[in-house]
Amino acid sequence: MAVDIPHRRRTRWHIAVFLAPAVLVYTAVMILPLFGTLQLSLFTADDQSRVFAGLDNFRRLFFDPRWSATFWNALWNNTWFFIIHMLVQNPIGIALAAILSSPRLRFSAAYRTVIFVPTILSFVIVGFAFKLILSPLWGVAPNLLDLVGLKSLFTPWLGKEEYALTTLGLISVWQFVGIPMMLIYAALLSIPDEVVEAAECDGITGMAQFWKIKLPLILPSIGIISILTFVGNFNAFDLIYAAQGALAGPNYSTDILGTFLYRTFFGFQLQTGDPYMGSTIASMMFFIILAGVCVYLFVVQTRLRRYQF
Amino acid sequence: MSRATISLPRTVAAHAVLLTYTVIALFPVVVIIINSFKSRNAIFRTPLTPPTAETFDLIGYATVLNQGDFLLYFQNSFIVTVASLFFVLLFGAMAAFALAEYRFRGNTLMGLYLALGIMIPIRLGTVAILQLMVASGLVNTLTALILVYTAQGLPLAIFILSEFMKQVSDDLKNAGRIDGFSEYRIFFRLVLPLVRPAMATVAVFTMIPIWNDLWFPLILAPSEATKTITLGAQLFIGQYVTNWNAVLAALSLAILPVLVLYLIFSRQLIRGITSGAVK
Amino acid sequence: MKRTTLTALLMASSILGTAGIAIAQGKTLTIESWRNDDLAIWQEKLIPAFEAKNPGIKVTFAPSAPTEYNAALNAKLDAGSAGDLITCRPFDASLELFNKGQLADLTDLPGMENFSDVAKSAWTTDDGKATFCVPMASVIHGFIYNQDAFDQLGIKPPATEAEFFEMLEKIKADGNYIPMAMGTKDLWEAATMGYQNIGPNYWHGEEGRLALIKGEQKLTDPQWVEPFATLAKWKPYLGDGFEAQSYPDSQNLFTLGRAAIYPAGSWEISVFNTQADFKMGAFPPPVKQAGDTCYISDHNDIGIGLNAKSANADAAKTFLSWAASPEFATIYANALPGFFSLSSAPVKMEDPLAQEFVSWRETCKPTIRSTYQILSRGTPNLENETWVASANVINGTETPEAAAKKLQEGLDSWYKPAK
Repeated sequence: MAVDIPHRRRTRWHIAVFLAPAVLVYTAVMILPLFGTLQLSLFTADDQSRVFAGLDNFRRLFFDPRWSATFWNALWNNTWFFIIHMLVQNPIGIALAAILSSPRLRFSAAYRTVIFVPTILSFVIVGFAFKLILSPLWGVAPNLLDLVGLKSLFTPWLGKEEYALTTLGLISVWQFVGIPMMLIYAALLSIPDEVVEAAECDGITGMAQFWKIKLPLILPSIGIISILTFVGNFNAFDLIYAAQGALAGPNYSTDILGTFLYRTFFGFQLQTGDPYMGSTIASMMFFIILAGVCVYLFVVQTRLRRYQF
Repeated sequence: MSRATISLPRTVAAHAVLLTYTVIALFPVVVIIINSFKSRNAIFRTPLTPPTAETFDLIGYATVLNQGDFLLYFQNSFIVTVASLFFVLLFGAMAAFALAEYRFRGNTLMGLYLALGIMIPIRLGTVAILQLMVASGLVNTLTALILVYTAQGLPLAIFILSEFMKQVSDDLKNAGRIDGFSEYRIFFRLVLPLVRPAMATVAVFTMIPIWNDLWFPLILAPSEATKTITLGAQLFIGQYVTNWNAVLAALSLAILPVLVLYLIFSRQLIRGITSGAVK
Repeated sequence: MKRTTLTALLMASSILGTAGIAIAQGKTLTIESWRNDDLAIWQEKLIPAFEAKNPGIKVTFAPSAPTEYNAALNAKLDAGSAGDLITCRPFDASLELFNKGQLADLTDLPGMENFSDVAKSAWTTDDGKATFCVPMASVIHGFIYNQDAFDQLGIKPPATEAEFFEMLEKIKADGNYIPMAMGTKDLWEAATMGYQNIGPNYWHGEEGRLALIKGEQKLTDPQWVEPFATLAKWKPYLGDGFEAQSYPDSQNLFTLGRAAIYPAGSWEISVFNTQADFKMGAFPPPVKQAGDTCYISDHNDIGIGLNAKSANADAAKTFLSWAASPEFATIYANALPGFFSLSSAPVKMEDPLAQEFVSWRETCKPTIRSTYQILSRGTPNLENETWVASANVINGTETPEAAAKKLQEGLDSWYKPAK
């Protein structure tokens, strides 16, 4: 808990000094420009001049059949993208961290280093690399499957409506699995030896020790990872843009909120940018993420008792 | 210390899992790098074999090095990343300390305000940010990028660091206060060293998106003198889209410096994480 | 003022001081472009030729990737940091910039007289009163083929659609070559190299295009649905996994000699010349019945305009007048075979493949792409939707009729043809 020393000078200047640089830079370069943009969602263009439109843009987004179909499609795709991360990325991350943190494992530093490598690569590189590897022409993926005798399983995944989004989700998992791994690894290491030793005295070892003793202790870290994944996924854009382009093909099957927003806000090819509808989508993304964060802060976090060091 | 000895099968299983994952993690990178040293036909015919005497070809690298100043791009990326990282960590830790340590009116509100930035992609503010930079004459300078990335990195840094700062023992800080330390000294001398592992974590989280960003370099600093390596590589891919020798060479050149940097700093990072874990 | 507040805050928080390097001014002109492929040609041929004639004016060619060009350019124009000279996309995208006052009126620019009204149409207001970009080049659609493969299989370029499919069947039966190199992953290939390539023969070029704009024809009419039906028949002749085949994949497939035919735009010529080690030929989109009038897509693709806020407007106009001159046209058309000059002055071209393409102008009626003028001003955007629909039809996930119906409904939702 925060400490308050009551008989201090009334104006505690040091608080202002501590906060000032961050607040100033953040406000000037991020918040003001952002709200300058978000407020546009309440306006619309009328012959080059801006007129106040109230909630018309939101009404259009939800009730115009075209806009709403695209919006719900993007929202659902985004949710699926998030589900893939929660079901694949985070469990793999936790499992890798658990294995890595087992005592006296040799080469663990090398493993840790290598598994984190994809995370440091840019989307430009990841998008291009996987387009090449999965390309039917270049043949890396078909050749690999051929080696294990499964060549018939190869399909042009990125070009099929039913597989493209899941494939991209898995590529994203490949790229970012290092982050939950590192965070959980740090959390596992900070579990005091006494706790582990006490468990071993009681005969709880191996898998049982992980499930019964360690997992409950790292739950707060898992909570943080989940919310970071949520925020990251609902802001995602770059990978899909790099791999599938702004139209998020085939047939919009990989369209997520980020690509929908980009296309609308900045325009694409012949489509001119519409900052007003774009801001409306941005505002919706903001509300969705805000809702997720609130759920985390007020429901999840209060239930997870924070482990005291 | 009576630790249960780890059985052989379990060790083997652990290594098997880790090795498998290592292969998965490295495979795409290796494919790109080995093919960047091969001739065009060999890239298509036998993508999975390392270059042999017949297929070895440096034509891709020759094209890349003739066309762009990758060393300068790399230097730009490095300056931008390091400077932004420094400001994010310094300002972020200071603000997180203020939020975690002191009770003052508006504390929660300030915390929420500073967390807002996690939720909206800063890209949306592009036009306003660009106007701001034009008005202050910062277009086509690395300063513009550093300012944007500092602002972009702060919310998450403050969010994570304040969680950790709350866990620093009060006794220590109060002991410092009794010894007559100023609040600044308590922060820089007592608290900051204790949250080093968290700082390392934040550093990694902050560094990656900055290094890899394409958008702001494109908008704010596209001039030849201020191009970052990611922008350089992207333009290059656009320009040589059918020349796979050149593209693979450019990608390899964009991967290698980060990889080397990472390998140098990963030790520090892990040491930071592990040593800081109070036992 | 919000901006002043912002600036003040920024100054206060800027630790690095305000050591901003002022944007290089004086007599340096910067060209914004999406043609990053042309960087070398500008640096080595065009700019030196201009600077030699106009000492005191320096020119920098600053391209960005095509996919980011529009977004980046708009942001820079809004903020006032864009270059002096703007490479213009055809039709509505540039018209929008002109209407916003971001592109200057160039109607009276010396040199504009070198262009016909058709050439200028892509960069002229609807009422024909103002022209805002100097036309640079048009591109023509058709099919490029591997001459060696054709000789080997003993086939000739087809004239009619029936012959076209007969030929594809023959190549497929032989098995040595993939009949056609085209993928649907990047979507635009399917629409641009497919639909817009073969379509004009069905909707009779300008006749159909203008009728569509006037509302006299619908996209659900047979002449607009048939090209989709024909595209759907291409599927068996594309390479394995064409659904995930990207544009560079297609190019490589052809230039490596693994595919016999490439549905093309003439802009491919310069790339193919450097990469293919076999002889190439070209044929126009086949007509339905022998003897039918043929139509080709001869599309105004690229122009160059003046940033209305340019500080060097006079120098920029000097450059634009030069860009309108026959000298520029000759250098450009020969440095980039496949980008055909729009200048009325005759331009001599050396490249045989480019000559083949341009010769179709004599026998066939040219038209521009159907979706570019007026019809792509609203949302949903007809051009972008056509990309998606063409890819769907070739992939077989949507019938030609359903695709056409969706396009027409999208168009109806915002477009009311003037009566």
